[in-house]
Amino acid sequence: MSDPARAMPDAGPVISDHPPVTDWIHDFDHTDPRWTENPFPIWDELRAASPVVHTDRFLGCYMPTTYQAVREIANDTEHFSSRRVIVRDIRPEITATAPPITSDPPEHKPAKQLLLPPFTPDAMKKLEPRVRAICNELIDEFINDGKCDAAARYTRHIPVRAIAHMLGIAEKDGDLFIKWIHGILELGIKDDAALMSAVREMTEYFAAHLEQRKQNPTDDLISTLMKARDKDGEPLSDSHVLGSLRLLLIAGIDTTWSAIGSSLWHLAKTPADRERLVAEPELMPSAVEELLRAYSPVTMAREVIKETVISGCPIKPGNMVLLSFPAANRDPAMFPDADKVVLDRKENRHAAFGLGIHRCVGSNLARMEMMVAIEEWLKRIPDFRLDPAGQVTWSEGTVRGPRQLPLLFRKAG
Amino acid sequence: MAGKLKVHVDQEKCQGHARCKSLAPELFNLDEFGNAHEIGDGSVPAGLEDKAWLAQSNCPEIAIEVVEE
Repeated sequence: MSDPARAMPDAGPVISDHPPVTDWIHDFDHTDPRWTENPFPIWDELRAASPVVHTDRFLGCYMPTTYQAVREIANDTEHFSSRRVIVRDIRPEITATAPPITSDPPEHKPAKQLLLPPFTPDAMKKLEPRVRAICNELIDEFINDGKCDAAARYTRHIPVRAIAHMLGIAEKDGDLFIKWIHGILELGIKDDAALMSAVREMTEYFAAHLEQRKQNPTDDLISTLMKARDKDGEPLSDSHVLGSLRLLLIAGIDTTWSAIGSSLWHLAKTPADRERLVAEPELMPSAVEELLRAYSPVTMAREVIKETVISGCPIKPGNMVLLSFPAANRDPAMFPDADKVVLDRKENRHAAFGLGIHRCVGSNLARMEMMVAIEEWLKRIPDFRLDPAGQVTWSEGTVRGPRQLPLLFRKAG
Repeated sequence: MAGKLKVHVDQEKCQGHARCKSLAPELFNLDEFGNAHEIGDGSVPAGLEDKAWLAQSNCPEIAIEVVEE
């Protein structure tokens, strides 16, 4: 074998090409370029067909299309397991877990409770000044240019630096994190070697940080996890700590990068909303929730472990489930004018951070970062639009957001 | 004339989205895990009725009950 990746014992197909979709209802594919570019009309078509659709791709996968069906599955840990949280072409044996996101009851609750206290809204208030400073340091670098790729120069760096600050590691290591996450969340859907190598590098990186802290304890989030005790009063194993650190990095970066990017994209192409938010900054809290609803970045997955029925549709084991919170949030049965961004929407039970026991542990961090990133941007760059000479591109797969966002702007006053 | 309102957070349903705390901080507190609890016996002071309903209608887990006494 000439390809070293194929010599890896658990390597799957390096890249499998997916044929273009001709029948979305019976053969959907969330990696199809049309889905990546503009998934909203596809979701409407699927929802009109059935509350749950199925594809034979990805070794068999369902997708709930309504808010109700998404809620039923998210709340049903008896028939649906979280042991696999990404829909991929292959289902290799599980070797690296990331508790609590990959945990089911009863292991889930104690693993999650360890992570919750550092992420309360009060804890986030303490981090907020640093995030405001990060945003302004980034804006300083391009504000005099009159244009920038906001995804590359602004949105991508904010969550990376914030989480690095929390973990007590160098903010400059952020580029490494971005590379690993791309390998896991995007390349990894079709390329197992890319995923495994990213997981390995990430684990080695954090293992070295654990060793350092065994010699010299610190007061950051890594040390907090190392000092934590499980329900029997025992310290966590290194592999549990490493799994949780992998999770914080994977879950905390692309996601918020995407949410901030989609928000700026919306405001760049919708002058009325942008001007309203500049004139009425008190709308920010409800605007952030509405942007989270309309452009929810995160699609999760479950694995069917027992036969059941969801919204009248039979569900068989052996299949994955593409748990699209973004599609749920566009369901007009739940949200009047679901396809419109209404900055002061009053009733908004959006599911951008999931529903049920797996509610995103970092939701308070993400909200704070979004609020601060949009506020600081609007203060200094209230007037901006998409650059017609550039192209907006979107990430593929599990987390959706702009990866290139060329903007033209005028700085304030 | 509507009666006095009371709010209650169902601890079986609350998952700590913290929307109620953000919308009606006078009526809800969060514990160390970020889960919400009504303040005191949940009685809604006069003038805060709209906030009670707002919190109720923004809870993704439908964990908040508002009752008229």
